[in-house]
Amino acid sequence: MTEPQIQLRALRKIYPAKGADVVALDGIDLDVPRGAIHGIVGRSGAGKSTLIRCLTLLERPTSGTVTIDGQELSGLPEAKLRSARRRIGMVFQHVNLLDSRTIAGNVAYPLEIAGVPRAQRASRVAELLELVGLADRADAYPAELSGGQMQRVGIARALATEPAVLLCDEPTSALDSATTRQILGLIRDLRDRLGITVLIITHEMAVVREICDSVTLLGHGKVVEHGALGDVVGKYGSHLARELIPVPDLPLGVERSLVEVAYSTDDVATHVVLAAVAALGTDAEIAAGTIETLAGRRVGRLQIDLPDDRVEEALSRLHSAGVHAEVTR
Amino acid sequence: MSWWSDFLANPVIQQKLPTATLETLQMVAVSSLLTALLGLPLGLLLHATAAGGLAPSRIVNSIVGAVVNFGRSLPFLILMIAVIPFTRWVVGTSLGWQAAVVPLTLGAVPFFARLVETSLREVSPGKVEAARVMGSTRIKIARAVLIREALPSVVAGLTVTVIALIGYSAMAGVIGGGGLGALAISYGYQRFDTQVMVACVVVIVVVVQLVQVIGDALARRLDHR
Repeated sequence: MTEPQIQLRALRKIYPAKGADVVALDGIDLDVPRGAIHGIVGRSGAGKSTLIRCLTLLERPTSGTVTIDGQELSGLPEAKLRSARRRIGMVFQHVNLLDSRTIAGNVAYPLEIAGVPRAQRASRVAELLELVGLADRADAYPAELSGGQMQRVGIARALATEPAVLLCDEPTSALDSATTRQILGLIRDLRDRLGITVLIITHEMAVVREICDSVTLLGHGKVVEHGALGDVVGKYGSHLARELIPVPDLPLGVERSLVEVAYSTDDVATHVVLAAVAALGTDAEIAAGTIETLAGRRVGRLQIDLPDDRVEEALSRLHSAGVHAEVTR
Repeated sequence: MSWWSDFLANPVIQQKLPTATLETLQMVAVSSLLTALLGLPLGLLLHATAAGGLAPSRIVNSIVGAVVNFGRSLPFLILMIAVIPFTRWVVGTSLGWQAAVVPLTLGAVPFFARLVETSLREVSPGKVEAARVMGSTRIKIARAVLIREALPSVVAGLTVTVIALIGYSAMAGVIGGGGLGALAISYGYQRFDTQVMVACVVVIVVVVQLVQVIGDALARRLDHR
């Protein structure tokens, strides 16, 4: 087993403030293995942005270490940090292309910074634009491109210096859903072809479902849940499992309760679950449900609407059928 | 004799107007060039030392800011007279268009520096951040990102400054700076020669229009947004 490409240990970031200090990151540990696509999710204010700013050392962590591709960045002085950052490619929500440069000029920019000679730059830029499917737009300016095309340029630029790690900060949050899928497809394709390690910060669960191998949920600067996508989904009742396989919120009648059933077809077949529900009788109704295949695992969640006085009995019956069940309301 | 041929036959217009025009153009051109050369770094310094800038420094920012504000708060007429000793020291005389360049530049630099600062502030901080993540040095970021991205807006600011300088240059005529301002005052105002006054106004209006048209065209060429 090779050592992880991205490794965070006890990462803390505290912003001094009048009165109480603001703890933005409170002891984050994270390992992302080579070639993995890892998602970091959390509500706004959970510490996602601070985390990515600490990863690139745009913000110096208060304590703890950031190790990328075997090099510890957190201890480096500014000058060494500048060259170490070339091992990191970064994709931004708002792309941040230079409006004064053509597409080719934007992709060439990190190469100029790295001191790559002009002739080599030109061929590398052509190669990168080919890679993201924009070879024909080399001489266009960013203003002439669509949001999706701009993000492709952003990705090409991030890959220019052949980084070991691609950090994506809300890469698709400004894009529509069809374009989001294309961009995510491109990122996965690049990982497959280049073997690059990808860290995606996002608030969209769809992004995690679409391409992540593993995921971390941040809350109040701490890791709340963490794991491979397939495992996380199987932790029924966990916050991530609920968010990854969403079931709509339901109106509820008086003296009625909602029992949530969750299962994976690895353990129980769907028809067994449905039979167990049917055995509860006609006053127990399936009010909502989802069955999906995520990370190679088929998982289902059902909401069962039933009278309050039948909850205990229903739970014991479902449990004995080998299904996870709990009262949610 | 028609008004027009009378106008062309006016000896002051025939003999003095071309020289005065040339003086004004030289005065404005040289002081504009100096203003651009001094004001751009000063504006960059104001932006870079501000909170969230490339090299934040409260002390430097407040000192530079105070100096710039002082320069801007002085009415040009007073500034011009107040710096006469400095002008003599630099140029050797306080008369002529060369001497007028000194107060003109001193008056325009703080004005232009503030315009530059405003233009730089409009460059999205995300672009600067992207360049930092790519491993760029701060000096390179200033040049390749901040100034280059703000250039269309900086050029528009320079156009405004040059036009303001044309206005100031007429005032320089009052204290012996020569140019169209001096001509308009000594003939148009003191000798009631309306024809000379009209001629000066027309030339100035044409010059201002030209500067605006050229400035707009240049800004448009640089702007790819």
